[in-house]
Amino acid sequence: MSNPSPLHAVHEALGASFTDFAGWAMPLRYGSELAEHKAVREASGLFDLSHMGEIELTGPEAARALDYALVGYLSKVKPGRARYTMICDADGGVLDDLVVYRLATDHYMVVANASNAAVVAEALRERSTGFAVEVNDRSATCALIAVQGPTSAEIVRKVTGADLDKLSYYASVPATAAGHDVLLARTGYTGEDGFELYSEAEHAQDIWAAITEIGQDHGLVPAGLACRDTLRLEAGMPLYGNELGPEFTPFDAGLGRVVKFEKPGDFVGREALERRKAAIDNAVVGSVVKTVRVGLTGTGRRAPRHGYPVLDGDGNPVGTVTSGALSPTLGHPIAMAYVPTALSEPGTALAVDIRGTTTPVEVVELPFYQRPA
Amino acid sequence: MSNPENLGYTEEHEWVDLGDAGTATVGITVYAAEALGDVVFVQLPEVGEKLAAGETCGEIESTKSVSDLYAPVNGEVVAVNEAVVADPGVVNSDPFGEGWLFKVAVDGDTDLLDADAYNALTKED
Repeated sequence: MSNPSPLHAVHEALGASFTDFAGWAMPLRYGSELAEHKAVREASGLFDLSHMGEIELTGPEAARALDYALVGYLSKVKPGRARYTMICDADGGVLDDLVVYRLATDHYMVVANASNAAVVAEALRERSTGFAVEVNDRSATCALIAVQGPTSAEIVRKVTGADLDKLSYYASVPATAAGHDVLLARTGYTGEDGFELYSEAEHAQDIWAAITEIGQDHGLVPAGLACRDTLRLEAGMPLYGNELGPEFTPFDAGLGRVVKFEKPGDFVGREALERRKAAIDNAVVGSVVKTVRVGLTGTGRRAPRHGYPVLDGDGNPVGTVTSGALSPTLGHPIAMAYVPTALSEPGTALAVDIRGTTTPVEVVELPFYQRPA
Repeated sequence: MSNPENLGYTEEHEWVDLGDAGTATVGITVYAAEALGDVVFVQLPEVGEKLAAGETCGEIESTKSVSDLYAPVNGEVVAVNEAVVADPGVVNSDPFGEGWLFKVAVDGDTDLLDADAYNALTKED
């Protein structure tokens, strides 16, 4: 059976449809996912993300342990700031993509995808051996509530009283909401301005209620995981299991920028990643096929979907769709796919085999959607 | 929303209205519409197409998934709901009414579940 979120009763009262997500029963939608999607683009959505994994590292060598365990340069991150990074295996394959918050000089919080939380916690424990650091998997008792959308700053300012002008993107600050301690972060997965509030599970209902009440005047609606997926797709953000997985290195995924070879000392995957990067940089046609993640757009209403073959102009299979949907905001099909570099220039005409029908698509720059400045 | 007593049903969560002598109107149930989520695309059979019960005859696509449509009865397609093609959201807002999909001139016997049997089927999961 699935774990219930600490907000399960609230979701039931709101009439949510639930989905099993990595062992958690989470709200998929409350009514129409298209309406929820639109609300996040035009006002705000309130998300329960308590299924996400939170793993804390505390100790004088927490920074060094993370520099060794992850591909990023976490000792360079200033307290109060966060980084998007990845954890790789010894072969350079991606085990998970992560957001790491540095809460204090000797205190970090690693946020992992629900499906990988246990794997990441175990890997961090193993990789911390020999460092003066303690690893605590807090996933089971940590709630995560997100407020995302153009009105989210007004709502969060009223709920927490925090000075949000000083809270930049990918920064966090301790705050209070509904009288409870929270970690307030300006992060998200929707392409909008937005905030994430980490709290003790037992306080989640109070915080949700306080945000809901303030949010009434700001167009806030509860939003499920269905619209979260279309929102992140429009924003061109990768999803583990679709765009990322152990079969890809960060370089294959077009996210080599997260690998910080310049940091001192060894890290798990360094040698394999250096080899892979060199192979891709020096690729000779026929020896290494360098594929890159691209955006595709189509016309009509039929969307390319995960696993569908991408075809070149002659109908030969050249790649695979990793995510796709009819974009609720743009009104046409959008998809992300891996294709060879030679076919990755924006404007390149390709096709997708949509259940037997060859459907023309065009390569475009990611993201598909960018919020108005 | 309950499943109307006067309709026939299939295990593929389609409803069939045999009320109009010899012509069956076909749609998907509220159960199916809720499971799919917002419907964004429907591909219907063409008028004049001969259908055999149990065979796929179209597609219904939501934001998250694609499902086949199955012919619930034998016969020839005599009408399709162009309004649903233009605005597939009608399938969610009125699955048993304005969200009907196509009409078939029924050929031979039909083999459908009654409302009680269909209610029992959808209560199991």
